[in-house]
Amino acid sequence: MNENGIGASVRRKEDQRFLIGKGNYTDDINVAGQTHAVFVRSPHAHAEIKGIDCSDALAAPGVVAVLTGDDLAADGIGPLICGVTVTSDDGEPHRAPAHPALAQGKVNYVGDHVAIVIAETRAQARDAAELVDVDYNVLPAVVDTSSAADSGQPQIHEVAPDNVCYNWPFGDKDGVEAAFAGAHKVSKLDLVNNRMVTNPMEPRAALGEYNPGTDEITLHLTTQNPHVHRLVLSAFNQLAPEHKLRVVGPDVGGGFGAKIFVYAEELVVGWACRKIKRPVKWNGDRSEAFLADAHGRDHVSTAEMAMDENGKFLAMRVQTQANLGAYLSTFSTMVPSYLYAFLLAGQYSTPLIYSEVKAVFTNTAPVDACRGAGRPEATYLVERLVDICAADMGLDPAEIRRRNFIPVDAFPYQTPVVQCYDSGDYPAALDKAMELADYSGFSARAEEAKSRGKLRGIGLSSYVEACGIAPSAAVGQLGAGVGLWESAQVRFNPTGNVQVFTGTHSHGQGHETTFAQLVCDQLGVPIENIEVIHGDTAKTQFGMGTYGSRSLAVGGVAIARACDKLIAKGKKIAAHALEAAEGDIEFADGNFSVAGTDKAMNIAEVAFTAYVPHSYPEGVEPGFDENAFFDPTNFSFPAGTHICEVEVDPDTGVVEVVKYSAVDDFGKLINPMIVEGQVHGGIAHGVGQALLEGCSYDSEGQLITASYMDYAMPRADNLPCFDIDYAPTNPPDNPLGVKGCGEAGAIGAPPAVINAISNALGVRHIDMPATPETVWRAAQQAAAVSS
Amino acid sequence: MSTVSMTVNGEAVCGKVESRTLLVQFLRENLGLTGTHVGCDTSQCGACVIHVNGKSVKSCTMLAIQADGADVTTIEGLANEAGLHPMQQAFMDNHGLQCGFCTPGMVMSALDIVNRSGHELDESTVRKELEGNICRCTGYHNIVKAVQAGAKAMGGS
Repeated sequence: MNENGIGASVRRKEDQRFLIGKGNYTDDINVAGQTHAVFVRSPHAHAEIKGIDCSDALAAPGVVAVLTGDDLAADGIGPLICGVTVTSDDGEPHRAPAHPALAQGKVNYVGDHVAIVIAETRAQARDAAELVDVDYNVLPAVVDTSSAADSGQPQIHEVAPDNVCYNWPFGDKDGVEAAFAGAHKVSKLDLVNNRMVTNPMEPRAALGEYNPGTDEITLHLTTQNPHVHRLVLSAFNQLAPEHKLRVVGPDVGGGFGAKIFVYAEELVVGWACRKIKRPVKWNGDRSEAFLADAHGRDHVSTAEMAMDENGKFLAMRVQTQANLGAYLSTFSTMVPSYLYAFLLAGQYSTPLIYSEVKAVFTNTAPVDACRGAGRPEATYLVERLVDICAADMGLDPAEIRRRNFIPVDAFPYQTPVVQCYDSGDYPAALDKAMELADYSGFSARAEEAKSRGKLRGIGLSSYVEACGIAPSAAVGQLGAGVGLWESAQVRFNPTGNVQVFTGTHSHGQGHETTFAQLVCDQLGVPIENIEVIHGDTAKTQFGMGTYGSRSLAVGGVAIARACDKLIAKGKKIAAHALEAAEGDIEFADGNFSVAGTDKAMNIAEVAFTAYVPHSYPEGVEPGFDENAFFDPTNFSFPAGTHICEVEVDPDTGVVEVVKYSAVDDFGKLINPMIVEGQVHGGIAHGVGQALLEGCSYDSEGQLITASYMDYAMPRADNLPCFDIDYAPTNPPDNPLGVKGCGEAGAIGAPPAVINAISNALGVRHIDMPATPETVWRAAQQAAAVSS
Repeated sequence: MSTVSMTVNGEAVCGKVESRTLLVQFLRENLGLTGTHVGCDTSQCGACVIHVNGKSVKSCTMLAIQADGADVTTIEGLANEAGLHPMQQAFMDNHGLQCGFCTPGMVMSALDIVNRSGHELDESTVRKELEGNICRCTGYHNIVKAVQAGAKAMGGS
């Protein structure tokens, strides 16, 4: 094995700059003549704007400009768009209200953008923003997810009667009804998937520069997908033609979905820098992130399972109301529909599934993808319901899962909900996880805990998710406005070192290392001679960016394909140089050799020859630089079983996660160290959702969890160390044999934690976040019932 | 505007600041030391932790003028020509960072933990002491291991 190739836990190439304080995040970049922007935001959840008086702000020290929605409209910029169409049950597309980047006559959530104030310093801009006088006529607000579509609620958008974006029924309704009618038992659960604020640690930022000499705008953004930003800002928002817009996503301090989307601030900064003919920088603060980053989750659901007398699942029925917030964020419509309902089979062979999703508007921040996006919501619902089924049938939670798992020999497995799972061995992961968690020793540990007055519980979650999004034709059929291939360019320089350009974007995932390992392994070039470049539309040819755990499964394959082309070309060059037939040239470990001889030249020599082609094969182009596009034939389906063990203090309601075991199938691992880190982070995100994080608005639409003082992020002392292992299978659809790993933890963890707490307390269900108060009340209630 | 002078990473510096200028702004904007980050506005996240006169401080919670005359160390002041500081090396070796945004604050807090609690740190001590530093990427597992390993390496064992 190549010591820095596939399978090696190579130390990360990117770490050096981060560790010495030389990361290059958007707010670290400053340009000559730069101005600073602050946004005036709505303090009301729902209000008409009767007038905006900017005169005092314009007169304030250092102010360069104050711009409003009228200025934006006059220049024909915007509105922001949603890129995925969902067809509602009336056959019409989802209701899509206009989403101006600066409010035009009305604001629809606290934090909505009203004006941009630009000044010489940030402090001056902040001072002046206080002086913008907005005359509001406050309207009643719609906040609650479950009642947003009820009659008598205030109407947010004229185009969306009853605040409904879409009603989306999916599946075999009649078949499901019939199965329920004939079932031995039906288990039912009402549950809420709590709203989260995604919270990457770097707040969003934008720096716009306009060059009148080239008529080009350069936007440095906190983006997970620079080319997608450029495409949307050009094609739909009229910011600048695509070839006159450069988008750079430099070092980005975490994304988790929140930095996929095209935001108002980004469009407005890009527009403003050309308007005032000076660079404009906006750096959001954490309060703004809470108010105006897209939030995640926020479902209210009822789930039912019909079973036969052996606990075999016959049919599942789901009704979900999903909150999309005040406007449609870039990919919001697909999250509670395609990314959710298509995963409702879970790991089980349930033959019939029917779901109805009603997506509603409320006067809250837009809701879109957050680590997992739809799959955590589906998994939480399925894995909680399965535990309820186990309780109702008197079966161990592991046993009911085992009885219903898709059999190993059934892969590739066509579920009743569109997806065709690539590969899996669900019993193997369950067995290994139970061993890792010492499941059989749990009762003894519970007894011991009881002697200390503590309640111990154990919870399973056997998840599957769909990532590596996805075949372009499939997402196109579903109404997506983009293709979801990935591109790569692998360029040898004449001196033999390699630059790898990828259209994916790394904001913590370690692509600079993982992708270098791929190239090191395939081309035999020392890893220190390989540089991975991403995040700049002026450098990389194209790309769809990083989200949905797609970078390796899709982008990695594009890199491998480009390397294949280099090897093919290198064989021609080597054949000529070594005076052999092309068919006799073999390539291994970085060397082109003539089969059966000791004649060889290494790939660096071939590269040099390609750039200095004094003696060169006829008809072969000079240069050693290839690109490739890869469009996958299927999604990637990571799966696994997570087991959480908790200890609850019934007197305080405090839950301690005492042991967390995860066994995942990610196919082949390129860098196990990095994969393990991704799993750790995902689990922490999921435990955060289960125990700590709950985004909350009051009845007037004021965000009452708008800072780290009020919104509980997981901290080091909230979590244990995690026990991680793997039960890999070989996905036939992926040429590298890999699956995505970035979201699995956030998908698998929440039901494992809540199943464990329910088990500890002996209650049927407890909603997330299971805060000490919630748990204490549930414990009190359970004690009262049992006494 | 006031003039402030201090020693930052061993060098004497001075600059003009507004009385409301935060120390972190002075470091980032006046001195161009952008390794110190701002991740929140309520003194919770710890991305801005530096050392002032040998003790860890959240530099978003201190005015620049309060640091007049102080001896300041930032993340840029740790590595030298010989290489990374043992704590930085431990973060690299243990994959204690992903996006890198919280990392400077984590490393500076880790050094403060070692200064106060020594080189043999148990997991629970590290977790409690890191309560003021938020990371969204790592789940803390590898940060805890890095701090323990870095502490040990600093002790020379």
